[in-house]
Amino acid sequence: MFKLFAWLGNICLSLLQEMGKLLLLFLEAIIWLFRPPFRFRLFVKQLEFVGVNSLFVVLLTGLFTGMVLALQTYYAFRLFSAESLVGATVALSMTRELGPVITALMVTGRAGSAIAAEIGTMRVTEQIDALTVMAISPVQYLVVPRILAGVIMLPLLTILSDFVGIVGGYLVGVKILGINSGLFINKIYEHVDVDDLYNGLIKAAFFGLILTLVGCYKGFYTRGGAEGVGKSTTQSVVLASVLILMFDYVLTALMF
Amino acid sequence: MEHIISLRDVYKSFGSQQVLKGLNLDLPKDKVNVIIGKSGGGKSVLLKHIIGLLKPDKGQVLVAGEDIVPLSERELANIRRKFGMLFQEGALFDSLTVEENVAFPLREHTKKSWAEIKEIVEQKLAQVGLKGMGYKMPAELSGGMRKRVGLARALALDPEIVLFDEPTSGLDPVMSAAINHLIVRTKEEFGATCIVISHDIKATMETADHIFMLYEGKIIASGTPEEIQACEDPVVRQFILGRADGPIKVI
Ligand SMILES: Nc1ncnc2c1ncn2[C@@H]1O[C@H](COP(=O)(O)OP(=O)(O)OP(=O)(O)O)[C@@H](O)[C@H]1O
Ligand SMILES: [Mg+2]
Repeated sequence: MFKLFAWLGNICLSLLQEMGKLLLLFLEAIIWLFRPPFRFRLFVKQLEFVGVNSLFVVLLTGLFTGMVLALQTYYAFRLFSAESLVGATVALSMTRELGPVITALMVTGRAGSAIAAEIGTMRVTEQIDALTVMAISPVQYLVVPRILAGVIMLPLLTILSDFVGIVGGYLVGVKILGINSGLFINKIYEHVDVDDLYNGLIKAAFFGLILTLVGCYKGFYTRGGAEGVGKSTTQSVVLASVLILMFDYVLTALMF
Repeated sequence: MEHIISLRDVYKSFGSQQVLKGLNLDLPKDKVNVIIGKSGGGKSVLLKHIIGLLKPDKGQVLVAGEDIVPLSERELANIRRKFGMLFQEGALFDSLTVEENVAFPLREHTKKSWAEIKEIVEQKLAQVGLKGMGYKMPAELSGGMRKRVGLARALALDPEIVLFDEPTSGLDPVMSAAINHLIVRTKEEFGATCIVISHDIKATMETADHIFMLYEGKIIASGTPEEIQACEDPVVRQFILGRADGPIKVI
């Protein structure tokens, strides 16, 4: 019994310590963000890496999420003859919830892991030490452009995901299940606010911060060769995903 | 004699393993200082203390008279501009070409135009026998080539103090001789202080102005090559003569 408490206590402590270090890295990145020079080229490269290269998976998952949502809600709503609300439900779910979350989880798997692996490799091969020795802040050079790219790109990807999700819902609802097209669209206008979209995008920006920051953090504190890089990569995906879902709840509770 | 770097009573442990145990060291300015010692004895760790990559558990590290141990990263950055460093494994940026690697410190810390930088890079690469290799990526190089690119990068800014972690290990004898020559020339032409870690005793005796022997976390002997060769200490004698039997136990 006592052992169990000790074990739980240890887990909590290490989690707290980890959050503390994560926060410190974040603060350091903020400070370096406002010190010259601004590394525009690196920033653009990361925009491409985090954003443009994630486009395909994000569109694909967004589309299918919208399609399956339409299918599921259709069967439920038919029970009380509310089929016309399928469109509004899909649009609300996508903009408020699923667009940001699914996008963030996909980008975590694609880019967050790669960030951890790349920075982790730089750590174990002493490239980060080499930067330090050359009087260049590794936080400014490596962390700042990635975090900035995450915060900017995730909302943009999320808009696209929202849009194709709704299109997917339309295809399934109207073209396959035979809901009236005008009704489907009208109900969306009636029930979905611009605020729903905005709040979803604020979430997305947060998630972009979380997934890039966690990737950088795990990479930065990598120890122990190729095996260590593998571990950091996995851990970064797990930690970022967990944090994204936790923050999703917190932000939702605060905003809606 | 003026000392550019001094370590005072430096202790460093990793977990339960004590690596430096009250080390004292004074490195004279504008000389080639060679540190010898057994593999795994803490030479690389010592070098990283000199440039502030590692902080001692206890003790002082003085660079030009200033203790760098309590300095912040930002203050350290200013001091590090005087330094160039060759890492034992090269530590090249693997996302950049050879040319970009050598150009990196020049682009970051000078206002030179790209044409000027390119010229310097060509010249530095030629000095380490890598003329025309600028377009390659680090992953496409042999171990010895990577090391030489690291060397060119360390020397790119003509630093006041250069740290070389085993500059000639893994190189053929002719290339080793050329690199040793380059180190001596760096000292003579630019008046740089060179701090070299080496396992090549014969070359050390030829190129060093001062030799320091690290053993069991302390400097146990120091002096000119002649003084070291005349040293009576059995540990030093065994090491420089390369004998398997003696006070240094391998097995
Ligand atoms: N970051 C670290 N964490 C834990 N232990 C370390 C670390 N760096 C070095 N060590 C330990 O310190 C000791 C000295 O290492 P160091 O790399 O300085 O040896 P060295 O004298 O440079 O050897 P070689 O000639 O083989 O390069 C080794 O036993 C090593 O295990
Ligand atoms: Mg070493």
